[in-house]
Amino acid sequence: MKRIITATVQNRSGVLNRVTGMMVKRQFNIESISVGPSETEGISKMTFVVEVSDDQKLEQLTKQLNKQIDVLKVTDITDKAIVARELALIKVGSSSQNRAEIQGVITPFRASVIDVSKDSLIIQVTGNPEKIDALIDLLRPYGIKELTRTGVTAFQRGRQPENVQEMNALIF
Amino acid sequence: MKVEAKPKELAVEKKTTTGADVFIRSLVDADVDTVFGYPGGAVLPIYDALYRANAPFQHILCRHEQGLIHAAEGYARVTGKPGVVIATSGPGATNLITGITDAMMDSLPVVIFTGQVGTGVIGTDAFQEADIIGITTPITKYNYQVTDLKQLPRIVKEAFHIASTGRPGPVVVDIPKNISQEITVDEFDTAFHLPGYQPTVKPNPLQIRKLADALSRSERPLLLAGAGVLFADAAKELKVFAEKYQLPVTTTLLGLGSFPGTNELSLGMAGMHGTYTANMAIYECDLLINIGARFDDRLTGAIKHFAPNAKVAHIDIDPAEIGKNIKTKIPVVGDAKEALKQLLDVNAKITNHDEWLQSLNSKKEDYPLWYDRSEELISPQWLIEQVYEVSNGEAIVTTDVGQHQMWAAQFYKFDSPDKWVTSGGLGTMGFGFPAAIGAQLGRPDELVVSIVGDGGFQMTLQELSVIKERNLPVKVIIINNEALGMVRQWQEKFYEERYSESLLTENPDFIKLAESYGVKGVRVDKEENVPRVLEDVFSYDGPVVVDCRVVKRECVFPMVAPGAGNHEMIGVTK
Repeated sequence: MKRIITATVQNRSGVLNRVTGMMVKRQFNIESISVGPSETEGISKMTFVVEVSDDQKLEQLTKQLNKQIDVLKVTDITDKAIVARELALIKVGSSSQNRAEIQGVITPFRASVIDVSKDSLIIQVTGNPEKIDALIDLLRPYGIKELTRTGVTAFQRGRQPENVQEMNALIF
Repeated sequence: MKVEAKPKELAVEKKTTTGADVFIRSLVDADVDTVFGYPGGAVLPIYDALYRANAPFQHILCRHEQGLIHAAEGYARVTGKPGVVIATSGPGATNLITGITDAMMDSLPVVIFTGQVGTGVIGTDAFQEADIIGITTPITKYNYQVTDLKQLPRIVKEAFHIASTGRPGPVVVDIPKNISQEITVDEFDTAFHLPGYQPTVKPNPLQIRKLADALSRSERPLLLAGAGVLFADAAKELKVFAEKYQLPVTTTLLGLGSFPGTNELSLGMAGMHGTYTANMAIYECDLLINIGARFDDRLTGAIKHFAPNAKVAHIDIDPAEIGKNIKTKIPVVGDAKEALKQLLDVNAKITNHDEWLQSLNSKKEDYPLWYDRSEELISPQWLIEQVYEVSNGEAIVTTDVGQHQMWAAQFYKFDSPDKWVTSGGLGTMGFGFPAAIGAQLGRPDELVVSIVGDGGFQMTLQELSVIKERNLPVKVIIINNEALGMVRQWQEKFYEERYSESLLTENPDFIKLAESYGVKGVRVDKEENVPRVLEDVFSYDGPVVVDCRVVKRECVFPMVAPGAGNHEMIGVTK
């Protein structure tokens, strides 16, 4: 099962290596990681998307993360009401003939063209991973020359409604 | 041995204070009385400061860095205080890796200081550079590279704190050469703040009550005591608790001594080479209370057959150990001593389970540990029993890994805590002898017996120089079967007697070897001579190496074969 886990950590040297090294050593399957500064100076926030086989493995993962000395707080937010976003940059082959057509494809995704050259376009898209997957599929026929994704970063929503499972089903 | 000293008494002039001087002062502030170290290029400034400072701690020069770290582990195991190691950069540091991993697996508090090339050349593959932070990240509780001298005293203080609190473990501090050379006039702030590190010591009273409740309903309760009891200094509380509720007690390999081996409630060690009674008790119990053990695979055997009828309660200071290998009904996060105290305060109903105790006692009588006593040659198990007798069961015993380790665990009945020093989790050959050096330095007035195999001893025997140099009265008992005995045993039982590279036909003459180091050497190869030789050796005021020629084909029994359940032991009887 896929889980989204966030960790607030002390921004010390080697902390990313410690955390990812632990996950590799204990055979946790990391799908994506995103790391960046948080609202507090010296504290970073990590967001992991992981694939775990069962609840026991999941419990182990959060416990092993918590055990790290630089880790302040670990939250499995998968079953919470959350916003999850990822950014992708996609370089697509394009000529003057199909530029407008590609524009038409990306508009419903609220993606934007951020660079144009004679034979390519760079498209920026933000959203949940599934939306990005969908856009990539649609752009594939034009020839994807380069692709990079940031991995998911996620937050709990300000309000937590009763039944959030269905909402989150949309994320994956 | 330990000299009381305040930092200001150190002969360090403030105006010429270097980073190395600051480092030495930090060790003094941490109440260090013994340092295991080996000099080299990147730690030259530290060794110069040590020379100038006339520091109030002793420096033990082992002859290989592996010796340093195992000695520090032995010291930590018997004193409860962190062992301290200094090694140089590159090969000095990488030679420590086995011991650091060993300390991590067995939760031993060790603080390791490694030299590093100057910060200006880190990352350039400089001479004797190794990425020791990268290398030790998975095998340490925490590690630091000092990049600013101002932080050094705080880091040293944190390192000792992290190593010795919560679940103990090794901490590495990497000190680049330019940091230790730097001239400083600063006063340092050593206050530290570790918001992400707050071990839970006091258990949740609700969980304690749940456990007490389960105990009052149990018909076949069992205590499993691990090294956590020893680290928490809770052997006394464990005994009171077990006796109050009449609970049978089994221990892990590393938990030996946490409960008196000769107590009538003791079932002996459980696991692969544990007693039949202990393993069957785990199989049959309806409540298993694990105190400070981590359900290692050598203890559990096949998980699906482990305590199949039991509700499992697990007391551990490390929450990540609870539920890691075995499903746990009653988790209790906390220090073993605190948990036992609370359990004793709760006053659960004392239930009568005489029937259970009787059935275990009859198993003990019917299926004791056994061996074939050889007529003339020395049986290794019998030899351990003699060591036990002649040392009045009071020695500190250190071992490597393998047959001799299992026989020592089976036949030396440890009655008191912190006298058993062995490499459990990692199973490190070459551990026992240097660990004995550390143990002897930590407890100079005790008899320290290092029981080793002829294979393992040859991995770290260069430390004979140290016991000679320091006149440490360590007694090395080599269980010499001219083989890597446990490998040979597995090849006999599971590989149709194909003894691939496990027979040591060209051993050195251990007597001459010892003598060449200036250490007394004795050989014993007849049973009748054993008691007298051991008496002479144990009463001799100085180090001795005893080459004991034992029956070569002996195997360790009983045994849970790999993949089998604890209830499927082989070799339970003759």
